[in-house]
Amino acid sequence: MISIQDAFDHKKAFIAFITAGDPTLDKTKDYIREMAKAGADLIEIGIPFSDPIAEGPTIQNANVRALKHNVTTDQVFDLVKDLRQDVTVPFCFMTYCNVVYHYGYDRFFKKCQEVGVQGIIIPDLPYEECQEAKVVAKNYDIKVISMIAPTSKERVEMIAKESEGFIYLVSSMGVTGVRDQGSFANNLEDIVAHIKSVTDVKVAVGFGIHEPKQAYEITRFADGAIVGSGIVNLIAKYGDHADQAVYDYVKQMSDATKAE
Amino acid sequence: MSKGRFGEFGGQYIPETLMSEIHKVEEAYEHYKNDPEFQAELDQLFREYANRPSLLYYAKNMTEDLGGAKVYLKREDLNHTGAHKINNVLGQCLLAKKMGKKRIIAETGAGQHGVAAATGAALLGLECEVYMGKLDTERQALNVYRMELLGAKVHPVTTGTMTLKDAINEAMREWTRRVDDTLYCIGSVMGPHPFPMMVRDFQSVISKEARAQILEKEGRLPTAVMACVGGGSNAMGMFYNFINDKDVQLIGCEAAGRGVDTDQTAATVATGTMGVFHGMKSLFCQNEYGQIAPVYSISAGLDYPGIGPEHAYLNSIGRAQYVPVTDDEAVNAFEYLARKEGIICAIESAHAVAHALKIVPKMKKDDIVIICLSGRGDKDVAAIARYRGKDIHD
Repeated sequence: MISIQDAFDHKKAFIAFITAGDPTLDKTKDYIREMAKAGADLIEIGIPFSDPIAEGPTIQNANVRALKHNVTTDQVFDLVKDLRQDVTVPFCFMTYCNVVYHYGYDRFFKKCQEVGVQGIIIPDLPYEECQEAKVVAKNYDIKVISMIAPTSKERVEMIAKESEGFIYLVSSMGVTGVRDQGSFANNLEDIVAHIKSVTDVKVAVGFGIHEPKQAYEITRFADGAIVGSGIVNLIAKYGDHADQAVYDYVKQMSDATKAE
Repeated sequence: MSKGRFGEFGGQYIPETLMSEIHKVEEAYEHYKNDPEFQAELDQLFREYANRPSLLYYAKNMTEDLGGAKVYLKREDLNHTGAHKINNVLGQCLLAKKMGKKRIIAETGAGQHGVAAATGAALLGLECEVYMGKLDTERQALNVYRMELLGAKVHPVTTGTMTLKDAINEAMREWTRRVDDTLYCIGSVMGPHPFPMMVRDFQSVISKEARAQILEKEGRLPTAVMACVGGGSNAMGMFYNFINDKDVQLIGCEAAGRGVDTDQTAATVATGTMGVFHGMKSLFCQNEYGQIAPVYSISAGLDYPGIGPEHAYLNSIGRAQYVPVTDDEAVNAFEYLARKEGIICAIESAHAVAHALKIVPKMKKDDIVIICLSGRGDKDVAAIARYRGKDIHD
């Protein structure tokens, strides 16, 4: 059985993000296969939402492109089902609370289990609110990923203790989008150490990482690096013809993550 | 379940980056709302700066014309900056000062909250940046310049439908970028806790005054109080001190746009379903997959796909009633009030007047209704002219 733990098994994890339906559902399948081939250890599949408040312009635009041809949650489930015929890397969904809530927590997580999704990241569902989803997700063995931010401070322990799957550590203030290393919070290493003092759950860092050097440096102290906008930018640029570009980029980033 | 619930509605559905700060706002507000010094300062600003208490005006001509209940107007349009928005802004700006913030950010639809925020910030020496949908900056160019005159920076928002909902998205994104020295001064009874409660408290001065004023004038409570509802801040303010008066009907008037059976509507209670968005669990206009629907109303201030959680709650328990009012009905009411009472009210407020025109004639002579005139209508004159086929410039 595929598990989120596979991504971190005796290695640093490279986690790749893509918005389902950007530019089309068929191309998303191709790109996910390319990412898996290139060494992505876990793939985050974004279910598009009309109002993605945690995203910068790059991923906002990917949502717009996907929703332009009315990509639906059911179509994204079908996409995963199809991919599971040959792709074995763990999958997490990334979407906003309303998409899951409106589908119905029970119906949604049941479907996740059926098609082969292992976890979910919901940026607008913080610790205080996550129980309503978590108790249902548990019935289907779907992990609800906790996020920790540079501003979490005294909240770190509380969140880390109840985390499952992996912990998504937000690198810096603001929304998603490529950034210079200088804009990452200067206490990331301390936060990781703090998390490690209370839990064995693995910690991956995301928001802003887009260069191999950044992925390398982050994974000296964290268990994984998450990259979204860097990949989505290539899809924005090459559209239906991003296969090779996505493969090359993910390969480069994944290699840097795993370098000794 | 988290704090800040009205029944199952409300909560704090926001990114982790903002959670520590939102708790700080919550703690600060819990402290200052019981602090006599804070309340005295706010009261002084209300009286000496905002022109409170606002008048409770007996609309004699309207009452005689309609031939039913006695009609009173709560004149929030006479406040400084011309709308109820100043009540909330003065409260939040004062709180921001006490918290040591040096900057506020705000969203705005028609520009009323943006102008109020820029005003409060100018008065209290805070920096102010306002997020406004690009479409709205074009529809309300005068208000953009007004905000700039007051020293605020206005950011036109070009994402999504380029209206109020997108302005809120962008203001929330900005708050995650820069949270330490900034308070997001939300303009309605919406967003994550404590905003729905805090904004309601600041706006509840409307019903606190109105209740005392009507008791003084009539010696009894009204049959009904009415207000327009977008996010619902003037309505929550108008309802709040009457909630425990079980015999007083609370009526919220939603913007039906071109009708609740069309897709060009913003009537959330009539057409929306339960959802989680903009920090709260409430009712939202959305499609079968939970994508937030583009909404429409002639009134930029009611052009919002959700409703504050306390309204959703009052609706769910049947304490308040929410009715849809179309563009056409609102424009007719706008013109009616101008001619009958010599008052040009905001097109938002005209939605409440429109519903009164429907129900007042059917009520008894000893019934009393109070309509909250949430704002004045100078900003709407050009749009109403266009609606009537006359092309005049703002």
